[in-house]
Amino acid sequence: MALTKQEWLDLEKKANELRHLALQTTVWAGSGHLGGGLSVLDLLTVLYYKYLNIKVEDPKWEDRDRFILSKGHAAISYAPVLCDKGFNDPEMLKTFNLSGSKMGMHLDSNKVVGVDASTGSLGHGCSIAAGTAIAARILGKDYLTYVVTGDGELDEGSNWEAFMTMNQYELSNCIVFIDRNHCMIDGNTEDVMKLEPLADKLTAFGFNTIVVDGANIKELCGAIDVAIERSKEKCKPTCILMDTEKGAGITSVAGDYHCHYMAIDDPTFEQYKKDLDAYYAKRVERAEKEGE
Amino acid sequence: MAGGFVYNAIDQTEVATAEIYGKAIADIMLNDPKVVAITADLAKSTKLGDVLKVCPERVINVGIAEQDMMGVAAGMAKAGCVPFVSGFSAFCSMRACDQLHTDICYQKANVKIVATHSGTSFGQAGSTHHALADLAITRAMPNLTVICPADGIETANAVNAAYNTEGPFYIRINRGFDRVLYQNMDYGFEVGKAVTVNEGTDITVIACGSCVFQAKQAAEFLANSDGLSVRVLDMHTISPIDKEAIMKAVTETRRIITVEDHFITGGLGSAVSEVVVDGGKACAFKMLGHPGFAMIGLQEDIMSDVGIDANGIISAVREVMKKDFEEDDNWDDEY
Repeated sequence: MALTKQEWLDLEKKANELRHLALQTTVWAGSGHLGGGLSVLDLLTVLYYKYLNIKVEDPKWEDRDRFILSKGHAAISYAPVLCDKGFNDPEMLKTFNLSGSKMGMHLDSNKVVGVDASTGSLGHGCSIAAGTAIAARILGKDYLTYVVTGDGELDEGSNWEAFMTMNQYELSNCIVFIDRNHCMIDGNTEDVMKLEPLADKLTAFGFNTIVVDGANIKELCGAIDVAIERSKEKCKPTCILMDTEKGAGITSVAGDYHCHYMAIDDPTFEQYKKDLDAYYAKRVERAEKEGE
Repeated sequence: MAGGFVYNAIDQTEVATAEIYGKAIADIMLNDPKVVAITADLAKSTKLGDVLKVCPERVINVGIAEQDMMGVAAGMAKAGCVPFVSGFSAFCSMRACDQLHTDICYQKANVKIVATHSGTSFGQAGSTHHALADLAITRAMPNLTVICPADGIETANAVNAAYNTEGPFYIRINRGFDRVLYQNMDYGFEVGKAVTVNEGTDITVIACGSCVFQAKQAAEFLANSDGLSVRVLDMHTISPIDKEAIMKAVTETRRIITVEDHFITGGLGSAVSEVVVDGGKACAFKMLGHPGFAMIGLQEDIMSDVGIDANGIISAVREVMKKDFEEDDNWDDEY
């Protein structure tokens, strides 16, 4: 179903709240993976506030859709989502990364409610997702599995093993997202280890590949709608390659690989909040103009 | 209890250990639609033929990709399936070590790994295929039960126990036939509890896997030739290890030899020594195993080469018996 203008605006509002909460969590934690957290935040918003069939009151519901954050370091954005949804007490965010906390920079599925897989070691999420998707077929379940990897993470060969399994078993009930923010710790992806032509590679590995602007909620929803429609038949899985920006929304760091892990002092914190507000205003303007 | 498979000594002479596993898992899968078999292009080698006959739709073959195999298994377990992963021990433990650690053990995924071709049982394949570090690796993992069965009968018991116990298991079995140790399945197998396969009071040989049979042979020989009373423990469960049986051996026999088809470092011997050291009571102690990469050859020749066969154990027992170790109950004068 096409995204209405009001839905779009509502999702933009929620994404803005979550960006602020991720920033605030980074400050509470003392530091955090804010860059890669922000590049994937629109997807988290769209999935958790529009698509995922989950029950906050029954987080282990066996028919729930699964979500696996293979780029586990984006927990700085994911934890705020899980708290805002009501899976966990938002007060926990104030303890993020602190000694003895249940929430660290990579979330533990046995400690944080609503997390389907403990990730952090890169290149694991897609195999786990393939497993939950195959299990759905064997157990006769209709749930969908959503998994998101980083782009630098694709250097890990295990992802491509998982992609082959998804193709072999025609796991159209598994929807893969790539957060293509073009950055990794040591530099830009094409400088450290070339990924391009990435869309062609994904297609060659058997995906129905859709390239979208990962910061355009309407485009993102359109691609997810296509993937969900395809999931009704056993066929090629869909990979949504999201063109994103590391540190999206913060003017001084957006697109810069150096913002992988950040510590933020008070004046910077104030400036970043202003940046996020301005970013939100621009996005609302676009939604107002392009929404239907 | 589900499963319903029962094997005896005659089966073992006709069916390789991995084939007993294959039949056991087929029986389980017939009775439980949530059980799945996952392999990495080794369905035939790991003897999943019977499963392929009865429920091929529940055999997931991920190709030659052990990391993916472990991750897929973890995902399936998280979704409510009970995956039995079958692969070579070397690759289950080493190639997919991170996935074993993070996807399975850390998350307490209910995955049962049946790792075949363990130790030097695929001896002619050389060190690329020998699994001599897997016990060291797997026993270091929290939440993972590690079992090294002595023969086909014990493999059936281990598979049954794994199926009936929530949580991850690593069961390490050999390629081909094992020497028959147990006559039937009713000898009191219990996870985490050693089996006394030979009573003894002079010295205890603690063994696992194919070395248990060798230790028993050595004990019988030494009883006749040297008049020695050698206790032999089948320490099938490497983690959690049977501390009680080990300390009983320390106090009652004062001499311990461990023997395993594994590197000396990190395996059964290390596990036993940790218990002995922590127990605070001294005893004569010797660890038998592989000092380095093993030679290429038949398993029995390799075992002979490094002295983990009956002859090697006999020599080790004689050596340790020569050590002047007091037999009274006063531990205070021995430091």
